[in-house]
Amino acid sequence: MRATRLGAVLAAALTATLTIGGCGSSEPTGGSEAAATSPAAPQGPVKLTYWTWAPNMDKIVAVWNKDHPDIQITVSKQAGGDDAAAKFLTAAKAGNPPDLVQAEYQHLPSFIAADAVADLKAETAAIKGEFGEGIWGLVTLGTEAVYAVPQDSGPMMLFYRQDLFDKHGLQVPKTWQEYGEAARTLRKKDPKAYLGTFSSKDPGAFTGLAQQAGAQWWSISGESWKVNVADEPTKKVADFWGGLVKEGAIDDTPFFTPEWNKALNDGKLLTWPSAVWAPGVLSSNAPKAKGKWAVAPLPQWNAGENFSGFWGGSSVAVSAKTPNKAAAAQFATWINTDPKALDLLVKEAAIYPAAAKAQAALGAAPDYFANQPDFWQQAATVSAGARGFTFGPNVGVTYNAFKDGFDKALQDGTSFSDAVQAMHEATVADMRKSGFTLAS
Amino acid sequence: MAAIAPQRRSTRSGIGLAPTALLLLGALYCLFPVSWLLIASSKSPGELFTTPTLAFGTGFLSNVTDLFAYRDGVFWLWMGNTLLYAGGGALLSTAVSAISGYALAKYRFPGRKLIFNLLIGGILVPAVVLAIPQYLLFSKIGLADTYWAVLLPQILHPYSVYLARIYATAAIPDSLLEAGRIDGASEGRLLGRLALPLMVPGLVTIFLFQFVAIWNNFLLPFIMLGDDGKFPLTVGLYTLLAAGANQPSLYNLILTGTLLSIIPLIALFLTMQRYWKTDLSSGAVK
Repeated sequence: MRATRLGAVLAAALTATLTIGGCGSSEPTGGSEAAATSPAAPQGPVKLTYWTWAPNMDKIVAVWNKDHPDIQITVSKQAGGDDAAAKFLTAAKAGNPPDLVQAEYQHLPSFIAADAVADLKAETAAIKGEFGEGIWGLVTLGTEAVYAVPQDSGPMMLFYRQDLFDKHGLQVPKTWQEYGEAARTLRKKDPKAYLGTFSSKDPGAFTGLAQQAGAQWWSISGESWKVNVADEPTKKVADFWGGLVKEGAIDDTPFFTPEWNKALNDGKLLTWPSAVWAPGVLSSNAPKAKGKWAVAPLPQWNAGENFSGFWGGSSVAVSAKTPNKAAAAQFATWINTDPKALDLLVKEAAIYPAAAKAQAALGAAPDYFANQPDFWQQAATVSAGARGFTFGPNVGVTYNAFKDGFDKALQDGTSFSDAVQAMHEATVADMRKSGFTLAS
Repeated sequence: MAAIAPQRRSTRSGIGLAPTALLLLGALYCLFPVSWLLIASSKSPGELFTTPTLAFGTGFLSNVTDLFAYRDGVFWLWMGNTLLYAGGGALLSTAVSAISGYALAKYRFPGRKLIFNLLIGGILVPAVVLAIPQYLLFSKIGLADTYWAVLLPQILHPYSVYLARIYATAAIPDSLLEAGRIDGASEGRLLGRLALPLMVPGLVTIFLFQFVAIWNNFLLPFIMLGDDGKFPLTVGLYTLLAAGANQPSLYNLILTGTLLSIIPLIALFLTMQRYWKTDLSSGAVK
């Protein structure tokens, strides 16, 4: 008997759907609002816990709690990142997960594979249209189920030092070829500065760039996974950066390190292909350069295209074990689609909302980019061109293989596409070991 | 003979220099990170990555104010939690270690050797390995995400029991206990009036060990606790560091918080130093 994990997931999803169906028949369908007016628990308000790391989420939840006396949410601020995912999975396994959890898109599939999150298909039917297709795919994995409500997204753009570009007479690169040439030109004009850096510590950034090139590392077909981490687009991206690093045209200092911060501050690093949330990082790590940065769409692989990828972003998932699924789903919908909540998310939590309406309604540019009043319009355009992507159930393994492989490639000067091949092999081996069925 | 003596003295001082230099190096090695922390926490966010590493900044007071204002002073809540975990845990742990160490040292009963060997084995098992199984067990009895979830696992500490047993063997003469028994003292009275006072220096050592270990513990509370109102400082400050991919880490608050969090430890060591010294020297003689 080769019971697959995906099979189990699908079975669980099926039961979940049936349960919802059962509940739904006693209530008018389609209304998460309807669920609110007829609370499932007659005795006292429903109490829910919510694990998140977005800043000031407690303030936003306080607004909900005031308007919804029958559904009271308690925010528990966690440490973000990979540890948060591991902690949630452990808690789910032990049987005491929170009711609601912030789930980064790349970790959501591992939650699904562990049966830790509930299918919200019925509850979210009404809000599907609020999100772009690329984003929606991140919470459905291309299946019929809906495992979370998208909260924020990180479409990638090219951030560059406008003043230094002008100083050295550089053009904003429209294609990656132009980017490479600009990098070489800059080295000649200012041997101490680099146009950019390749970070072997940030698989998320690389994944975003690979998405832009059209990579599809995972996909679900029927009951099995298709894995192709080392596909042509990914190899193309890897070799492009590998070549630039090897010839010394760009640096290899990882992002978010003190050295990197210093280079940003000193004007020794002229571009950062990053996501829409970059202003927050730049303003805190390179406060001196305020007003000197500008933003443009990512360079393209073929002139005239308009593609981008995602780096970061998260969704709100409902725990599979929660006894108050309807209430939790109602909150997850509210916080990510209600105009009042979206407004608070932007202002208090400083996130770039996933809901399309909210993206269009963003007003003044971030303070750090005061010189670029059309910042948000640019972001919305880029966001619309962000390519869809499906994450697999063991992104952690793939990302670790990225760090190991690219660290080694940088150290030994070996080919970047070999590192990509190693990522692929590590991913496949881990999925086989965990009992997933792989389509070859 | 006379010729040998000064020569010997000179070689001794020659050898003496090397350990002193080594110790100085060791002291530097230990103190440098602390001084770096002191300097870094005085820098404002703008200065942190732009000024030289060993130059003091100008933002210490604003860092402290920001830290205390962060999420309505949650820092104090975490500080209080850490004090509770470390103080309460260390006290309970010392009490348990004292009694079990005394019993293992001074009573002959079947299974004593086995228990002691198990303890020695327990020392070899790193606490980190146990954290997840403990979490699963605590979840089963419904104690996960409570104060007890952090306190209870740290009460039984094999190394402390081992220390207490060794100390009790050396510090409490059997004849003294015998004399007490002949005078008609109960076993409880012997423990309370005779054994424990003799064991005080050893118990202080255990208390300090455990206090520091719990103060610095990260993994156990990280796994056990979901409610950020129960976090100790280590886990709490970590939420500032790992603020999510799209949020900058609040480095200046973390550095200031870390600096403030070691002050109670330093104070504790300075006040307890007397006992600590007594213990080290007495251990040397016995």
